[in-house]
This record gives sequence, structure tokens and C-alpha cells, in this order.
Amino acid sequence: MAEIRNYTLNFGPQHPSAHGVLRLVLELDGETIERADPHIGLLHRATEKLAETKPYNSSIPYMDRLDYVSMMCNEHGYVLALEKMLGITAPERAQYIRVMFDEITRILNHCMWLGAHALDIGAMTVFLYAFREREDLMDAYEAVSGARLHAAYYRPGGVYRDLPDSMPKYEPSKWHNQKEVDRLNENRQGSLLDFIEDFTRRFPTYIDEYETLLTDNRIWKQRTVGIGVVSPERALQMGFSGPMIRGSGIEWDLRKKQPYAVYDKVDFDIPVGVNGDCYDRYLVRIEEMRQSNRIIKQCVDWLRNNPGPVMLDDHKHVPPKREEMKSNMESLIHHFKLFTEGYSLPEGEVYTAVEHPKGEFGIYLVSDGANKPYRLKIRAPGFAHLAALDEMSRGHMLADVVAIIGTQDIVFGEVDR
Amino acid sequence: MLEAIQSALSFLPDGLVTLLIILLKIFALLLPLLGAVAYLTLAERKVIGYIQIRIGPNRVGPRGLLQPIADAVKLLFKETILPTNANLFLFILGPILTIGPAMAAWAVVPFDDGLVIADIDASLLYILAMTSLGVYGIIIAGWASNSKYAFLGALRSAAQIVSYEIAMGFALVGVLLAAGSLNLGEIVTAQQGSVVQWFMWPLLPLFLIYFISGLAETNRAPFDVAEGESEIVAGFHVEYSAMTFSVFFLAEYANIILISLLTSAMFLGGWLSPFEGILPESMLTGGALGLLLGSGIHWLLLKTAFFMFLFLWIRATYPRYRYDQIMRLGWKVFIPITIVWLLVVAAMVVGNVGPWFD
Amino acid sequence: MLENYLPILVFLVLGLLFGVGPILMGYMLGPSRPDSAKLSPYECGFEAFEDSRMKFDVRFYLIAILFIIFDLEIAFMFPWAIVLGDLGAYGFWAMFVFLAILVVGFAYEWKKGAMEWE
Repeated sequence: MAEIRNYTLNFGPQHPSAHGVLRLVLELDGETIERADPHIGLLHRATEKLAETKPYNSSIPYMDRLDYVSMMCNEHGYVLALEKMLGITAPERAQYIRVMFDEITRILNHCMWLGAHALDIGAMTVFLYAFREREDLMDAYEAVSGARLHAAYYRPGGVYRDLPDSMPKYEPSKWHNQKEVDRLNENRQGSLLDFIEDFTRRFPTYIDEYETLLTDNRIWKQRTVGIGVVSPERALQMGFSGPMIRGSGIEWDLRKKQPYAVYDKVDFDIPVGVNGDCYDRYLVRIEEMRQSNRIIKQCVDWLRNNPGPVMLDDHKHVPPKREEMKSNMESLIHHFKLFTEGYSLPEGEVYTAVEHPKGEFGIYLVSDGANKPYRLKIRAPGFAHLAALDEMSRGHMLADVVAIIGTQDIVFGEVDR
Repeated sequence: MLEAIQSALSFLPDGLVTLLIILLKIFALLLPLLGAVAYLTLAERKVIGYIQIRIGPNRVGPRGLLQPIADAVKLLFKETILPTNANLFLFILGPILTIGPAMAAWAVVPFDDGLVIADIDASLLYILAMTSLGVYGIIIAGWASNSKYAFLGALRSAAQIVSYEIAMGFALVGVLLAAGSLNLGEIVTAQQGSVVQWFMWPLLPLFLIYFISGLAETNRAPFDVAEGESEIVAGFHVEYSAMTFSVFFLAEYANIILISLLTSAMFLGGWLSPFEGILPESMLTGGALGLLLGSGIHWLLLKTAFFMFLFLWIRATYPRYRYDQIMRLGWKVFIPITIVWLLVVAAMVVGNVGPWFD
Repeated sequence: MLENYLPILVFLVLGLLFGVGPILMGYMLGPSRPDSAKLSPYECGFEAFEDSRMKFDVRFYLIAILFIIFDLEIAFMFPWAIVLGDLGAYGFWAMFVFLAILVVGFAYEWKKGAMEWE
């Protein structure tokens, strides 16, 4: 018998469903995948190396740019590592704000994932529906930090500033008349908390909309049920985390297993899948959005009733108030020191992990006692997931690879770092 | 009017006059068709836009109405790329072979009683032949491009179109059984009487299968694996640019309109008014009201527009089938259903089952 | 009768011209600045591994052969369908037998897995 030659195909980076810059080398037999070989590194920006050359606080904005669809969760991981090394804890209000924004970020991420995943499978309307909600949440980001994506809002010792009392509003322009602007501004009249609360009231109906389009859709089920099945044992062996491992039926969530911030004080459930296929992971993420919504609600209630500081008063690690700097020599010196030299961490090493929307996002930090890290290692969840792509897609068809890339929720900012 | 032109041209030899008149008729059909194709692209973007809570193109002209013209001009002035590895002759032949039959199929389409360019008896057979030819253009284009994505797309679309051709053919046989004629005009007039007489009722499964096969034949969502934006990028026309690309596009949209029109002609009574047999005869014939409510080309266009809207609506709503699932649906679901229903229809015809076949 | 087919011939020629015309026009009006990267086949930004014209799945042939068989059946059914009203029950049973044979073949293919893709 003649030798069977497989078809070798470059899939990506210049491909609509390569999710950025994934390059896959596919070996095909007809349309069946014999081997899928992910090539990474096209978005490598040396984040870990760059962090070694600058004071600790200067690396916070780099964290935003790792997984650029779940910015504040990355910051949370990094900030927790610093706080653990310094032996400080953020005020409770700051922790509630962090939890609230972590969950907002989770919804942001899952909306993005849902839209992209559905678009990959060919349902394009969900994408724009999901982006409608992202718009509101990014307005919340903007209100609190001034940036819609790369917030740099979490700081060791708390968060950069308290929640604002007013929301930015739309203004009439050539394209939007007064009436339209009034309608758009309707839920922006109160504080940020009012705005977020209004969102949490609306959001469940939005999720129902997505589910109407997808959950019981025969084609959607045909495309996702039984695709990319991962058994619980293999999921553990391959270092899965987040919705990927929960989709396989293992109840593993750092928010419950190793609670950080105030996750032990809020009430929520962890959804798990049964079959470990794309459809289960889809259901898990949809339910996670509902749970996140629940957590946000609880945080809003708490934050409304408990005003207080959002930053420590320890000016060795935390910049003093602007106001104090104008009159107080001590504060001016603190400010100068913090923003030039920064602070030093005690010698040692630390690993902290947060339940990032994509899985376990870990920061391993080694300090030699200087004002910059000796080594910073980022544990990105997507890296472990991408490594399993070959195993998950073997034997499936070309169209399923796209579904599997989608279900893994890969973002190259964190995989390539 | 035609007689007037004929007499004005009587100084020319007879054969030339006939040819000129034919050309005139063809242009009277093709130019509006091209306009419809152009504005179908705009309608698609607008309709899908509104479904997706955005407004679609709105910059060129009032409410974006000049967008198709801008697109056409842009595409006209783009560079035509002829890939080095491609087989140039076939590469150019591909789009031409796609659009030729897509246009020529319109020759036998009746718009109203007697309003047809070529009133031939085998018109349905002719349409079947022409729509089948389109697949050659796609295969040739995919093969000539010498690109793996194009090749995969061509293979996929060839197998898909060929498979759904069968289901479509069986559905057509059902129509023939019911109408007893191959002539499209006669098929429409066979549905005269009232809405109940329309073939969509006795042929309901065939009607649905015909329309769904039409989606697959034109490579539209959810059967758009031949283009498969997120899988094989653009499939068979990935290497095409500028006008070579737009010719494929023209053919695709002309086919959408054709399928919509045929569906309404064969199953929804074509130009027949839905008020036939409901409203008194006098209301349907006399005066301005009669023009509006009575049978006429506007009913055909309205029904066609409805099916074109369905094309867009389905595209905005459904995810894409996987390739093997499309084949399974075609072979294992549609073909058995059509065969069974053909026998049912044949039995109804032989047994003179009313109200359709008595 | 036959003169009715003349418009079709003209239409076919015109349809092909509708393909040739725009392509020619686009070729003349558009710029032409080819370079090797632009003219290379698209493979997501990397050089292609091998020539793209190669052996492919035999199932495509199978589908093509099945198509020819079924399409012929349909061609047989066209004239029968038109005159069935005149043929009556005899015509119905004749086609029933014909279709039954077809269905047996179809069931055989199904059973043999000619239509399986996985």
C-alpha cells in the first residue's frame, strides 16, 4: 500500500479564529485532524523580564496587558503577591471593591469569550449582544480608573481611589440628539454603585437572550456536544484550571478552596459540568456569569452601607494623599521615595494565585531584598490549556478545532506573556 | 410597445430586429436584476445590522443608500491579483463560469402571465441544468487557486452542492407531479383558485426541503462551510480580489434571488394574489384596488422579498453546521423524506385527492 | 417552438459576458503592482508546506458517484411526473417498483457507511 501522506496546513496567525496570533500546524487526513501543533511566541513581550528592571508598582500596568480581556484579575494576582510579601492587608472596603471588580472582569471576559466562541461556530449575533453588555461594564472601569481596558486600579494596600459618586455621561453631538442622549444617560444619573446595581438587575435577562440563541439550538448542540472531551483525570494531569477543569466535573475554584479577599464572605455557587465537552464548558461559563452577577449584587449592598478607607495609611508602601503633600514635608518625601525608588520587599519568595476568569492565575515572585523582583514568574492558565489542544482536537474535524480553540478561551497576551 | 420598436426598426433585416428585441428584453430584465443584487447586499447589511442592535452602513448617501455603488466603484479600482502558482486560464474562468449560468437561468423565469423572455416547455429542466452548472465555477476556482484553503473550500462546496442537488431535484419532481407541466408559467397557473390551492400545502415537506436546499445550494448560512469565514477563511475565493471576487459575489446574490423567486413561484403561487377565492371577483379585477389586490407581478416580488429576508434572518440567527453534519442532513434526512413524500404526492395525484388534485 | 430557444442562447452569451466584462474592466482600471508576497498563495501568513494539489479523501469520489446515480433517477422521474395524471395507477405502481429498487440501493449504501464522514 502506498504511503499515506497527510495534508499539512498552516492555521493562523493570520486567521479569523486564531484568537490573536495562534499559529497551528495542522496535519490533516481529509478534514480529520491527525495532529495539531500550536506554535506560540508571536506576542511575546518579555513581561517577566521587564518586571525585573523596575520598581514593583511600575509592573502593575504590565499585568493588565497579560490577559487583555480580564485586566483587573491579573492585577489582583500580582498585588496579592506584593501584599503577602510586605505583610500588609488591604482595608475591607478595598477588598470588597476588588471582589466586585474581579467579578465585573469575569463577566467582561466571559462575554468576550461567548461572543468569540459563538462567532467561530458561525452564530454572529451573540457577539454583538455580548458587546452591548461589555460596553456598560467598561464604562464602570472607566468611571473608576479612567481607562476602559488597562485600568492599573489595584495597588498593594488597597485600590487607587474610592468609587466615584457620579458616572460620566453622554453629551449631545452631531450623531446623538438630546433625546437619545437622555435615554442613554438614564441609568447614569446616580453614583457608580447605582449604575452597577442597575446593570445587575438587567444582566440576567441578557444572559437569557444569549441562551435563547444558543443553549437549545440544535446546530449549536451538534457543534459542541461531544467535541473536545476531557476526562476529569486528564484534566488534572494536564494542569487545567478554571472553567476548563470545572467543565470536566471537578469542583475546583480558588475562590472557594483558598479564599482570598472577601470571597469567604459572599455567597455563590460553583457550577460544574458532567461530560467535559465544549457544551458543558459553555454551560459552566454561562452559569458563572449568573453567579458573578450575584456576587456583584452582594458587594454593591455591602459597599453602599460601609464607607471607609480604600487604601492603607502606611506611607512606606502607599503614596500619601495629594492634599497632604502640599502642606506636609514628610508626605512629600514619602511620595518622592515611592515614585522613584519604590519600596523593597524582604528577601524570600511567594506564590499567590487568584481564580482568574480563565483559570488559576499565579504569580511566583522571588525577591533578593531589592526594590525590584529578582524573578517574576507568571502562571498563565491559557498556557496549560493550549498545551492540551493537540489531545483535545485529535480525531475531530477542521471545523472542530475552531470550536476547541474557542472553548479554551485563549488569549495570547497571557500565553506568550 | 414592442410592436412600435419593431416597426421603427423595420428598415433593418428581419433577423437583426429579432436579435435587437431579444437583447432589449434581456437588458430590461438584467439591469433591474443587477440593481436588486446590489441592493440585496445593502439590505443584508442593514437587516443583519438591526438584528444585531446596530444600524449598518449609514455614511454613503442618505441612510447609506449609496453604499452598494460605493462598493462597486471601490472594487472596480482595486488591484486584480493573479497568484503566481495559479493556473491563470482556469483562475479567470472560475468566476465567469459561476456568473454565466446564474444569469442565464433567469431567461425562463416568468414574472407574470406571459411575462417571460423565453417561454419554453422545459423551463424547469433548464433551470435545474443552469443552477447545477454553477458548481463547476466553484470547483475550478478552488483548484486553480492552488491554495489549500481554496482547495478545501472547493471540495466542501462541490460535495455539498451535489448532495443537496438531489434533494432539490426530488422536491422539483414533486412540483411536477402536482402541476403536470415543466413550464414554470403553467406551474404557477396550476395553483390558481385560492390560497389553499398553492402547492405549499400538499407539498409542505418538499417546500421546506426545497428552501433549505436552496440555502445549501447558494452556500448561505448555516450551510456556508464552503466559505466558512472562521474555518477556512474564505474558502474557494480566498485568492480572488477586486472584480474577480465581486463576480462570485454577484453570482451568489443573483442565485439567492433566483431561489427565492422560484420558491415563491412553485410553492406560493407566484404572481397569484392571496386574496383569490376570498374576496369577491369584482374587487380583484376592477380599478386601482383591483390592481393592488388582484394577481400581478407585485405579489411575486413581495413573496420573493419575503424569502430573501428569510435568507438574511437565518444567517443572523444560526450557527454554522459542520461539514459532515451537512452531508448527513442532506443524505440521511432530506433524501428519504423527499422519496417518501414523492410517493405520497403521486398517490394523491392518482387518487385525485382534493382539494388539490380533483 | 424552437425560436423560443434563441433568447436563451443570447442570454447565455450575455451572462458569460457579464463575467468577462467586469473582470476585464477591473483589470484595466485597477493598479497592477504585484510582488512575490502578494502573489503567493494564502496560508495564514506563512510559506505553504507543500503543493496544495494532492491526494484527497476518497469519500468525495463516492459522493460524486452517488450523485450521478441519483441525478439520473431524477432525470427518469421528470417525464413520468408530468404524465402521471394520464397514466393513473399503472404509472404509480411502475414508479413504485422503480423507487423501491432505488431505495434498496440507498439502504445498502447507508448500511455500508458510504455516507459516514467520521
